[in-house]
Amino acid sequence: MVVRTIARLTLATLFGHRRGLLLYVLPAVLIGLSLLLTFTVDDKGDLAKAIMQQFGLAVILPLVALIAATGAISSEIDDGSIVYLLSKPINRSTIILTKALVALGVIFGLGVVPIVVSGLVLDPGDVQTALAFGVGALAAGIAYTAIFVALSVMSGNAVTIGLFYSLLWESLMGQYVDGAKVLSIQQWSLALTRQLADVPVDAAVKLPLATLLLLAVTLAGLGLAISRLRSLTLSSAE
Amino acid sequence: MSVIRIEKVSRWYGNVVAVNDVTMTIGPGVTGLLGPNGAGKSTLITMMAGFLPPSVGSVTLDAVAVWRNVSAYSEIGLVPETEAVYDTLSGTDFVRANAELQGLTDAGAAAAAAISVVAMEDAAGRRISTYSKGMKQRIKMAAALVHEPSVLLLDEPFNGMDPRQRLHLMELLRKMGTEGRTVLFSSHILEEVQQVATHIEVVVSGRHAASGDYRAIRTLMTDRPMLYRLRSSDDRRLAAALIADPCTAGADLDGTALQVRVIDFERFSRLVPQLSRELGIRLFEVSPTDESLESVFSYLVGSR
Repeated sequence: MVVRTIARLTLATLFGHRRGLLLYVLPAVLIGLSLLLTFTVDDKGDLAKAIMQQFGLAVILPLVALIAATGAISSEIDDGSIVYLLSKPINRSTIILTKALVALGVIFGLGVVPIVVSGLVLDPGDVQTALAFGVGALAAGIAYTAIFVALSVMSGNAVTIGLFYSLLWESLMGQYVDGAKVLSIQQWSLALTRQLADVPVDAAVKLPLATLLLLAVTLAGLGLAISRLRSLTLSSAE
Repeated sequence: MSVIRIEKVSRWYGNVVAVNDVTMTIGPGVTGLLGPNGAGKSTLITMMAGFLPPSVGSVTLDAVAVWRNVSAYSEIGLVPETEAVYDTLSGTDFVRANAELQGLTDAGAAAAAAISVVAMEDAAGRRISTYSKGMKQRIKMAAALVHEPSVLLLDEPFNGMDPRQRLHLMELLRKMGTEGRTVLFSSHILEEVQQVATHIEVVVSGRHAASGDYRAIRTLMTDRPMLYRLRSSDDRRLAAALIADPCTAGADLDGTALQVRVIDFERFSRLVPQLSRELGIRLFEVSPTDESLESVFSYLVGSR
């Protein structure tokens, strides 16, 4: 009952405001681009993989995750409406986990599924690779959610910091700078994708380590978010 | 019956002291937390609501600390000053959500009851974003009341209300108080507080300046020396006659007017017209010069 109410309130905040529209724009751009390329490019050799990885996983997914996860909690903390959740006899872990799940659901629908769809649009023959990217994207989505939820509880500038992190670290460094790759969620999730895909995929980290790191980041992020929410102080007007 | 106890509490932010060594006990009935803006009222209420730990000292509800004590919220109803609510929801949905979060078994009925208590039935179906400030305040009140808490904390609840809504809320608070709930609200307007509160706590500059029923506070405030400004046809003669009477403590003449320090207002108010008649002096102006709330407060603090 309580979980359903928290989820409902979270969705109302996420999609009730204009920022929610961005959540639809990003996957629309990904799928739109894929459609455009299908009809215009003749040599589609590695195109599906390239789009899913370099645009879907590296750019669209972190951005969708950022908007969904910060929108699920940061905006309520910013405007103070979180007080209606916090002034209730509810465990702080319930609040964080519910909000993280809602964010993850949104990321799945508007980040993970569109990546699979774009792969299928570009290469309808290779369902396995598309699904492999889907699994990788879901794993990355879980870790991103944990990071951005923690960031939201810890900082008033969660969106700005998160934006720098997604665009600079994940989209740029995580793709092109060797040392940074090892510490990039994107590369960890690629290790999962590599295992399942039908085509060769590069990943900077091996699967066992990648799984371990994904788990560690997720648990640390959620744990941190819960403990910080427990002692969140609401600033008074004075 | 719930009791909030604030014991030797100070709270500072960096170098700024917001609350300075305050001790007070708030029991059943309506208590008004009175003080000028920036006096530390919100900080105190935020601490009572468990959203801010005191830097030193303790804030307890029925002898249990409130900070990081989630179960206390079964007893507390909070009307925060912040205007932000889930304003994409309708009033009913918002109050109902609060009932559900409190874990009430029949959230729908509880929400309907709370909405009727604040007389918001007509607008409850509308989105909160279409509400006026006073209506928002009432729907927030309904959300705080929905689980029938024994403690009700309200931060500046009268802000933005029109006179009719104000009267309605006052009546509501009085009713809550007589039901035996512990009701605490903050305000910077003495008239507001004295109309509802059976007990008043005054804070000024983070310090606890006075405590008592409204008569005691009122007396404290009106019995202080007050500065009056008089203009008349003969300021000098009037000054001489006024200073001869024990109701004044001093008089200053400047070019344009006469400033008199009054220590017994009742006597002074009878003396002035009487003197004017006897001496044949025409009065052009008699006005208090420091009636602002701030000066009343600074007097209260200075007297400690």
